[in-house]
Amino acid sequence: MQLRNSQQRYGLVAIVLHWLVALAVIGLAILGLWMTDLSYYSPYYRSAPFWHKSIGITLAAVLVLRLLWRWGNPRPAHLPNHKRWEISVAGVVHGLLYLMLLVIVLSGYLISTATGQGISVFGWFEIPASITGLPSQADRAGAVHYWVAIAVLGLAALHALGALKHHFLDRDDTLRRMLGMRAR
Amino acid sequence: MKKIFAGVALGGLMALSGSLYAADYQIDKEGQHAFINFKTGHMGFSMLHGRFNDFDGTFSWDAENPENSKVNVTINTASVDSNHAERDKHLRSDDFLNVAKHPQATFVSTGVEVTGENTAKVTGDFTFNGVTKPVVIDARFVGEGDDPWGGYRAGFEGTTSIKLADYDVSMDLGPASAVVELDLTIEGIRQ
Repeated sequence: MQLRNSQQRYGLVAIVLHWLVALAVIGLAILGLWMTDLSYYSPYYRSAPFWHKSIGITLAAVLVLRLLWRWGNPRPAHLPNHKRWEISVAGVVHGLLYLMLLVIVLSGYLISTATGQGISVFGWFEIPASITGLPSQADRAGAVHYWVAIAVLGLAALHALGALKHHFLDRDDTLRRMLGMRAR
Repeated sequence: MKKIFAGVALGGLMALSGSLYAADYQIDKEGQHAFINFKTGHMGFSMLHGRFNDFDGTFSWDAENPENSKVNVTINTASVDSNHAERDKHLRSDDFLNVAKHPQATFVSTGVEVTGENTAKVTGDFTFNGVTKPVVIDARFVGEGDDPWGGYRAGFEGTTSIKLADYDVSMDLGPASAVVELDLTIEGIRQ
């Protein structure tokens, strides 16, 4: 399987990045909702946010890499059976997913660094604070982080439903293509 | 002529009366010579310190009759600052200060009992997280007099403590953190 995309199919890099981001987003959402409800005496009270932030910063880097890869590669053509409305809805959803994920990682960064503390990434290195001290920065960034994350989960569900519709109802190769499988 | 004389006499009397009757003071918020600090235990390992950055208030003070003094302070609880953004965000949430629902805490004195040369117990109603309960502040008069910039100032210190559970604070941090001690310093400028 080739690494780069072609006019017909996704390459290995695009496929791996797609599923990596999917896994990270769902995992971070579950981790985030769980960790903010922990009692102070939970053994995970300190480690869960540490992993959430470390994975989140990594996700930000992967998102940037993914966008660069997308722009530096051919776009596989839409399948011939894709209807015009499906193509435009999918385009809007894909664009929003990228945009909202970037807003989520940025707002998450602004919560933790609101008064100048950096963010440790797996204990390997630290991302320094940059924008600090905006009026109620941590609270506002926190509200954005939470609600946009909830919205992304909804949008991702729509995205997945679309893929399943193509796979089971239209019986086309939309999902197979993102799984690296041969055309049927 | 009589009227003018009476007016001047009254004015002179009023000017003198500053030292005879309770005068009203405004907390020096502009120069920020006032502090509301708090501390509580961290699991029995150490003390956690924090403060409120935004509050204002007034007091009346008469050195001759300190029991006539009054004090009134309003704290904007969103200004909580424990030098840690994530903790402060948590403190503002409905687990602790609930600032979205109850943005202000107030203290309104109801009585002053002189206990020593410069000390007194100041009783008052403390409203916090929507709950009002009486508290007693152990207060100490620090000093008063003319400042170098044309004003007249008086200042006090005080300590008190509150039980978080008394004020419906929902998160329980354990026995070391059940009580929060408050350290207050206020300096006022006579109006």
